[in-house]
Amino acid sequence: MLILTCPYCGVTAEETEFHAGGEAHLKRFGPGSSDEDFETYLFMRENPKGVHFERWRHVYGCGKWFHAARCTTTLEVFGTYSAQVTEPPQEILDTISEKRPGWAWRDLA
Amino acid sequence: MSNPLSALNGATWSDGIASVVEVPMQGMITLRGDLSDPVIKAAATAVASVDVPGQGHANCDDSRGICWMSPDELLVLCSYEDVAANLEKMQSTLDGVHSLCVDVSDARAVFEVSGPYAREVLAKLAPVDLAPDQFTKGMFRRTRMAQVPAAFWLQDTDCFRIICFRSHAQYVFDLLTVAAQKGSAVDLF
Repeated sequence: MLILTCPYCGVTAEETEFHAGGEAHLKRFGPGSSDEDFETYLFMRENPKGVHFERWRHVYGCGKWFHAARCTTTLEVFGTYSAQVTEPPQEILDTISEKRPGWAWRDLA
Repeated sequence: MSNPLSALNGATWSDGIASVVEVPMQGMITLRGDLSDPVIKAAATAVASVDVPGQGHANCDDSRGICWMSPDELLVLCSYEDVAANLEKMQSTLDGVHSLCVDVSDARAVFEVSGPYAREVLAKLAPVDLAPDQFTKGMFRRTRMAQVPAAFWLQDTDCFRIICFRSHAQYVFDLLTVAAQKGSAVDLF
């Protein structure tokens, strides 16, 4: 079972109290962008076996969106962090490097 | 003059391991804003006459109280008759401060589950650790009960208060009565 801790209200709960919001740290390409960028932004998603970054919402609790770094094979959660960032904080990256040496996700490693 | 009625008109049930009662007409005011702002705090404490609780907690005294809903939201409890006056008082206190306060009394239903097995009844329905040393008096938890959102706190030893949406009142009442039916004690706690 996936157990997440909401960084906003501090509640630790299992996944049914949350709602998954898809891949994290997408860069939006809107009006005026090239067709290729727009298509990539809309459709191209990571589907990794291992380290993954996702958006989640504490839907039955405080209602806030946040980010989570987790492993898709073991459901281990490396950490959750604020939604108001464009890339994961360094301590989360350090935790992942310690637990999954040699990991890579998009342009992060 | 209209005659306000609660969702289940004060339904009661006690034919099992815990008693379930709908608490009629609880006044509730949602207050949103920056909770570190002393003006926002003052607006809540002035009408509830209790201190602003910390994260994940509630200060409740019978029908008066303040519940911590999220980092920018409080739920102020007061008597149903005083809601309009309290709302006016809060709005004048909050004049010029970026905030929101709304009367939500008629949008919600409140239940009370009591008895030595009250913890067990809730533990069957919500994904929350309800062990006596984990969920203690003063704590407030917004969560899910079976398929609907709910929030609860310990009003007293072995006596929980539950808030849910008014449209879910019958569903929650049915859930609680099934979870509390005779012979269903697990004796976990």
